[in-house]
Amino acid sequence: MTGYQIAFIAAALITIVSAVLVVTVRNILRAALFLAFAFLGVAALYVLANAELLAAMQVLIYVGAITVLIMFAIVLTQQLMGAKLTQVTRVKAALIALAASGATFAFIVKTFVIPFKSANSAILSSPKPSDAGVLRQIAELLLQPYVVAFELASLVLLAALVGAIVISKEDRD
Amino acid sequence: MPPITWYMYVSAALFCIGLFGMMTRRNAIALLMSIELMLNSANVNLAAFSSYAKEHIVSVGGRQVDMMLSGQVFALFVIALAAAEAAVGLAIVINVYRSLRHINADEINLMKW
Repeated sequence: MTGYQIAFIAAALITIVSAVLVVTVRNILRAALFLAFAFLGVAALYVLANAELLAAMQVLIYVGAITVLIMFAIVLTQQLMGAKLTQVTRVKAALIALAASGATFAFIVKTFVIPFKSANSAILSSPKPSDAGVLRQIAELLLQPYVVAFELASLVLLAALVGAIVISKEDRD
Repeated sequence: MPPITWYMYVSAALFCIGLFGMMTRRNAIALLMSIELMLNSANVNLAAFSSYAKEHIVSVGGRQVDMMLSGQVFALFVIALAAAEAAVGLAIVINVYRSLRHINADEINLMKW
């Protein structure tokens, strides 16, 4: 067990436990808080995968913006924030959903993860530590080969901004 | 460094947790939260593979660039689209709440005829 692996297990545990609480806790405001913790755990996983830029973006956009947006929506749509909501339909339905998602997990592991163990030497290498050059390389990738997608993303964000305002605006006429 | 399969296990678990939330939650905001979890699981995979994959050096604009960093670029695009999705989705939720006074996804039938 190296320090890296212990850090990975800690980050993965925080992520998974918080994610489970997000989908099981009955109070929706608490679910939003656990969602922030799950995002932070994912940011830690990014750091361990040498993706520091992604970790920073994760903290800024997900933890900073999307969680706050979700909490605003909760505050605007629930008269009583602390009220217990009927979120899980029935025990039977929850069991069926548990079986279905468990089967999906088993399928993913069996089809993608297990075969990957043996056939990975051809495409994988030991991860290289990231330096300041990585940031420049990402910027060059964004602005040279992926420039169309980059500009389209800004267009999509603008459309989403306008659309969100138009949709949530109250009709006064 | 942990082997890459660890990342794949975490990513698969996160995706399936999000899937479970999609199937059990009735509250529309909780559904959006589950979607965010699933998008994050995809991002974990992209970041891990872009870090572990062998280098693929290409000359871009006169500079040597590792194309395997594309994984991180894709993850950035996914984050941008997730932000747009959250904004529009929550706007729709608020609009539905105005007209129905609830946001239970299984009782919303505004677009049914």
